[in-house]
Amino acid sequence: MTKTRSLRWSLPTLLLAATANATDMPLNMTKGVTEISQQVYHLHMTIFWICCAIGAVVFGIMFWSIVRHRKARGVQPAQFHESTKVEILWTAIPVIILIIMAIPATKTLIAMEDTTEADVTVLVTGSQWKWHYKYLEHDVEFYSLLATPKEQIINKFAKGENYLLEVDRPLVIPTGKKVRFLMTSDDVIHSWWVPAFAVKKDANPGFINEAWTRVDEPGTYRGQCAELCGKDHGYMPIVVIAKSPADFESWVNGEAERIAKAKAEEQELLAMNMGMDELMSVGERTYTAYCAACHQPNGEGLPGIFPALKGSSMALNDMPGHINIVLNGKAGTAMQAYAKQLSLKEIAAVITYERNAWGNNTGELVQAADVHAVLQGKGE
Amino acid sequence: MSAVVTDHDHDHEHHDHKPSGIKRWFYTTNHKDIGTMYLVFALIMFFIGGAMAMVIRAELFQPGMQFVEPNFFNQMTTVHGLIMVFGAVMPAFTGLANWMIPMMIGAPDMALPRMNNWSFWILPFAFLILLISLFMPGGGPSFGWTFYAPLSTTYSGDSTALFVFSVHIMGISSIMGAINVIVTIFNLRAPGMTWMKMPLFVWTWLITAFLLIMVMPVLAGAVTMVLTDKYFGTSFFDAAGGGDPVLFQHIFWFFGHPEVYIMILPAFGIVSSIVPTFARKPLFGYASMVYATSSIALLSFLVWAHHMFTTGMPVAGALFFMYCTMLIAVPTGVKVFNWVATMWRGAMTFEVPMMFALAFIVLFTIGGFSGLMLAITPADFQYHDTYFVVAHFHYVLVTGAVFSIIAAAYYWLPKWTGHMYDEKLGQWHFWCSLISVNLLFFPMHFVGLAGMPRRIPDYALQFADFNAFISIGGFLFGASQLIFVWLLVKCARGGEKATAQVWEGAEGLEWEVPSPAPYHTFETPPVIK
Repeated sequence: MTKTRSLRWSLPTLLLAATANATDMPLNMTKGVTEISQQVYHLHMTIFWICCAIGAVVFGIMFWSIVRHRKARGVQPAQFHESTKVEILWTAIPVIILIIMAIPATKTLIAMEDTTEADVTVLVTGSQWKWHYKYLEHDVEFYSLLATPKEQIINKFAKGENYLLEVDRPLVIPTGKKVRFLMTSDDVIHSWWVPAFAVKKDANPGFINEAWTRVDEPGTYRGQCAELCGKDHGYMPIVVIAKSPADFESWVNGEAERIAKAKAEEQELLAMNMGMDELMSVGERTYTAYCAACHQPNGEGLPGIFPALKGSSMALNDMPGHINIVLNGKAGTAMQAYAKQLSLKEIAAVITYERNAWGNNTGELVQAADVHAVLQGKGE
Repeated sequence: MSAVVTDHDHDHEHHDHKPSGIKRWFYTTNHKDIGTMYLVFALIMFFIGGAMAMVIRAELFQPGMQFVEPNFFNQMTTVHGLIMVFGAVMPAFTGLANWMIPMMIGAPDMALPRMNNWSFWILPFAFLILLISLFMPGGGPSFGWTFYAPLSTTYSGDSTALFVFSVHIMGISSIMGAINVIVTIFNLRAPGMTWMKMPLFVWTWLITAFLLIMVMPVLAGAVTMVLTDKYFGTSFFDAAGGGDPVLFQHIFWFFGHPEVYIMILPAFGIVSSIVPTFARKPLFGYASMVYATSSIALLSFLVWAHHMFTTGMPVAGALFFMYCTMLIAVPTGVKVFNWVATMWRGAMTFEVPMMFALAFIVLFTIGGFSGLMLAITPADFQYHDTYFVVAHFHYVLVTGAVFSIIAAAYYWLPKWTGHMYDEKLGQWHFWCSLISVNLLFFPMHFVGLAGMPRRIPDYALQFADFNAFISIGGFLFGASQLIFVWLLVKCARGGEKATAQVWEGAEGLEWEVPSPAPYHTFETPPVIK
């Protein structure tokens, strides 16, 4: 008895849980948090209701006809088959509706494209598969990578609340200020999209696009790359934190300080030698974050697309070539230049790791100074 | 030997010079044989492309990676698109054109029968090349069916060369098919079959054929530039060499937008044939239908950049493309209004072809509404590259183009086979397809509005329930099509004998020849009333 009762109870509960879960997803476009995004939302709703109204009339007449004008009711078919008047009428009415619709759409579009008089400018650069942000008025720039652990993606760990929509370093912008975004790309076309701002703009390699936003509400806003950009297109999210101008100032100064300090430390590091254990552990971490997407965690690459490092002649024999390709990338391929993405220490460590992992037992250590030498030697 | 056998038939009224067995199909220049081959080929491709859709939906059933790797997922979305567009929808329409156009205009065959054979027989090789590329190291093309540069040039695998070659062959096939349609319609109409007496299916195909010969060379140019950028050091789409990646999109969509009308204009012709038959009332506004189709074709050359609003274009450009795109709603609306007016005060019956045609009118119109929404540039910034777009083009392509092809198959099957299809089974096929296709594609509107990008193998948790639902709809829709295959096999093998007219309200030359249509029809031109 208790068993059936609990079953009877649990079924509706399950269904309810499922629907409750489903309501987590908004069923409509977001209104967003900017004036522009609200205008866009209203355009969307206006055209939606216009479509609903036209649909109700057309489908209404059609279904009325289907119900009434069926042979089974014994009706005789009429034989009329043209009317110029009617044709003109149902050409003219849609044209008028469209003109009415085009006016607000034009206004909003013109406002969206006006990127003048910005208070803050951020250069947004897409690359496979991460975003880079550079504040043009400050000495602050950094990469923003997916923070969701691999184990969640391959279903080993439970997925977190912001699964695939979390990054290691979010973009921070001040509230109440006009923020201009300059978009470009280092490799393929990406598209920077934050729904709450109604900003979606392609990042084209070799060209710069513009967009802007003014966010009034402090908060955290999430988006994703919207243009297919290769294998891990689904794994390059965007997180923007809007802070009050004062908080933004202190954050941006803190960042500038942190970056300057890291640079100074790097110079000191040149004189120091790191041991194998330290290089390998830093190297593995760096490899997982930056290299494994293409060359795979096991170093075997993807045949035909991304070359293997395990057993490769470069990783076993050609150390200067190895340092060079990591620093400068390889033109005409997906291999990026990491000189500006990673510190000298990280580059030294990752090369050491690649020369000593997966059976590549060269036993060779690469130090930050070695990397620095290749970097300097390039100019000579 | 078979030649000797057929020589005996020479004195008979219908002298069928055809070799027996497989040679008949290799050597045939008969429009009906070639039409049948196109249709069977399209059906096979529909199932191969459909199988890829099932892989996509299986992976998207739950968040996280379950069955395939992201790289393979991208190959599935890419090849699914290519196969459905170039392998299923376009050949199916060409098959229908081959079968029906000569019979509708009172011609003995297509004007260029040997080219007709050739344009079909290169197709299987094109798709063989495309499918084989999936087994190369690194897999097949994975840059989306739109193959945007530089993803398809610098950053693609070596399967790109095979992809380019196969698209070239598909293009040559389409161009030859289109030339054949144009030459046939211009030269082989029976005396008295004036332009404004031609059935709308003939009209819409004539306009489609012109679109094809205008834009398929543009596609050929685009793939060739991709090939030379990748292998021969040119820089059409590479800024480092003075090129522009956005140029690729302009060229691609200058082909791509007329291409979507290539896939829908013949559908308009089919529905314009079916609705009057089952309403037992002449098509309302025949002339306005012809003008509307022509306007849509002309406008299709002026709207390509509405696929590219986010690429960064001048405001004036965005406004021009927005206005032109909105204008397309006008002639398209005229068509829908004319169909409804045709039904009005008719005496309708609801056999399977009519059911699919009615579903087409409603669901294609829904796809048209979302198309109108997408035209509004500021709103498009939110819709672009999300599942809202996926919902939109599947409504116009699946419940639009594919439903019309299915409707056409039911409508003309008795004429092709000489047997009535199983009406009850057909109704099952219709209702299963109708319900499942909406379970599949309708929720995609919501998922897209909520912010899920397209072409991703994995997604945020908020989209999980809807995606599970969509996947179930997808599996059901796939399974429903098996009913169709069963029905086709049954109908080809036997069934109630069909009369010449088949449908009570059917009018036109194709209904004046016996069912099944003899191997050769209209060897002497018919008299047009």
